Amino acid sequence: MSVITLTINGIEGSAPVGATLLEACRQNGVELPTLCHLEGLTPVGACRLCLVQVEGARRLLPACVTEAQEGMVVLTHTEKLVKYRKMTLELLLSERNHICSVCVANGACELRALCAELGVDHTRFEYRCPDLPPLDTSHERNGLDHNRCISCTRCIRACDQIEGAHTLDMEGRGIESRIIIDMHQKWVTSETCTKCGKCVNVCPTGTLFWKGSTVAEMQKEVGFLQWIKGGREKKSWSYL
Amino acid sequence: MARTVRIEPVTRIEGHAKVSIYLDDAGEVSEARMHVVEFRAFEKFCIGRPFYEMPGITNRICGICPTSHALASVKAGDAIMGVAIPPVAEKLRRIFNWAQYVQSHALSFFHLSAPDLLLGFDHDPATRNVMGLIQKYPDVARKGVRLRGIGQEILRILADKSIHQAWAVPGGVRHPLTAEKRDAITALLPEAFASIGLALELLKKCFAQFAADVEIYDFPSLFAGLVTAEGGLEQYNGLLRFCASDGTPVEPGIVNERYRDYIDEASENWSYLKFPYFKAHGPYNRAEYAGMYRVGPLGRLNVCDFAGTPKADQELAEFRRLGNGRTVTSSFHYHYARLIEILFSLEKIEQTLREEDILDDWVRAEAGVNRLHGVGMVEAPRGTLIHDYRVDRNGLITDVNLIVSTGHNNLAMNRTITNIARKYVHGDVLTEGMLNRVEHGIRVYDPCLSCSTHALGRMPLAIRLISADGRVLHELSRN
Repeated sequence: MSVITLTINGIEGSAPVGATLLEACRQNGVELPTLCHLEGLTPVGACRLCLVQVEGARRLLPACVTEAQEGMVVLTHTEKLVKYRKMTLELLLSERNHICSVCVANGACELRALCAELGVDHTRFEYRCPDLPPLDTSHERNGLDHNRCISCTRCIRACDQIEGAHTLDMEGRGIESRIIIDMHQKWVTSETCTKCGKCVNVCPTGTLFWKGSTVAEMQKEVGFLQWIKGGREKKSWSYL
Repeated sequence: MARTVRIEPVTRIEGHAKVSIYLDDAGEVSEARMHVVEFRAFEKFCIGRPFYEMPGITNRICGICPTSHALASVKAGDAIMGVAIPPVAEKLRRIFNWAQYVQSHALSFFHLSAPDLLLGFDHDPATRNVMGLIQKYPDVARKGVRLRGIGQEILRILADKSIHQAWAVPGGVRHPLTAEKRDAITALLPEAFASIGLALELLKKCFAQFAADVEIYDFPSLFAGLVTAEGGLEQYNGLLRFCASDGTPVEPGIVNERYRDYIDEASENWSYLKFPYFKAHGPYNRAEYAGMYRVGPLGRLNVCDFAGTPKADQELAEFRRLGNGRTVTSSFHYHYARLIEILFSLEKIEQTLREEDILDDWVRAEAGVNRLHGVGMVEAPRGTLIHDYRVDRNGLITDVNLIVSTGHNNLAMNRTITNIARKYVHGDVLTEGMLNRVEHGIRVYDPCLSCSTHALGRMPLAIRLISADGRVLHELSRN
């Protein structure tokens, strides 16, 4: 395998050719916070938490969608980057209704865990309180609560890339972004949904949940992504 | 010239309130009003949430009795699911509720009221509190704090947290009891029994000293509370009984879902706390206290025919001798009733933990939405608590009505402080002890105004003196 070398935070490291900066950092023991990224799904660079500073680049780059290049000099935890990451989390908190104490995903929420890790315990920004669609609990097993959505699109990608159903999608842009089901209909009437539950498991917050879950009862399991993807690559289930 | 006295804020109660005492032209008290000055709107913002999230949301109404809100909520949820929960789940929920009684009643008696009873109404206000109690009666204070701690510890053992637990859920409870947990709870009980014995002894010694007060707190009213099918004392799941002042049943056993046929709620423009009244004795008329009824420890002990545990039944017999042999009509005896309920709760916890099936692991029934309306009624320590939900076919809340214990006692609290003010407030000379007596008239009901208005914040009380022409003549407050 061809390898490139690069410098991360003053320390020389290496990564396979074609690796993203995020992969390069993690392989060299440097952890970067992420919310939209999930191993097994195509990266989209939506959450902007993995922004890094690359020498010679005029702007900050999202590590999850930037290919590592030979000789790159990367800084991952400058004062400015840490400040931006905290601000990003504060902006996420201010956009919708994230009340951990009554949330089904309390204890299993990646947003909350990241806030705790980066020391974000409040938001300086005014709550935006957007006018959101009502909860959709019409599905036999799953519920969708827009109040807790951070528009990471993990559910959309899992539904499309892993399950192949493409039931979920996103409408609108920015603060108007909303998860939709098929062509904007109630979940119960969806003809594409296979009820597989992958979307629920990959959701980093309490937006997608098992119906009937009470406070702090949700457990999310994402290990299946690697298992399915690995099996497909190795053609474990191929009969040809 | 007519005047008004204001007590603001009322202290050693849970929530925010103020009292206005209205004087007539002769300078005598015409009326006292308790104003509840908080507003929270839980009934509004719960709309649109799934019914199974409601226990988690509504138990945040209060940090003192979250268990009661959770239980009323899960019972409403059971009704929406249309399920009978597994028998052991019901037993565990009952232990959960009794443990809540121990901690909440111990808080009311030892932390909030014992300073009045043991140090006296006229004791220096700087030390007329639990810290003063610790100085003068360290053993009593220690036992009181420990007793409350035991109640909280039982809650923690059962449900992982001592407040705002998520253990009780529509359909049952989230996890069963283990042998280790059962033994840990059982080991706490002897100390709790000893402490409640001491409290009962102390309180009974006080009665002679407060004979005049006992009389001031005495007035006729209806009483209400849950009873078992046999008429016994009940706190978790029973029929709602109303009885007259002399104990005659007026409504012997109302099925929970039909409470609206018997209770109506009125509002006054000077308080966020609604005024529920017994419909058949209406229409609502505050001046004449039409339809007034009392709930809580006194209400429950007056409506039941018996308690159902040996020690509590023995105390109940002694309690009833303070009245006409069947009912006790002086609100002063809320304190005594409260202590008897701690004793009852401890006995019931002990009995229930000994039952053979208590460790059974089938503790949660599963179901979707089978009914669009559910009512959950429990006895919170402060009185009857009603959660009434309507949902759509997907289980999302479309309407919420919460009738909270303290609300039921609103008319009675106003009546009590009017009685006290008439006795102790004359002309324009106010003393601190006088104001404290008025506050105690509220405190004896152990109101939780955060709950009753589903409102925000702690509860200091203010007192104001108001003239007949509406001018505030004097205003006092403590923080």
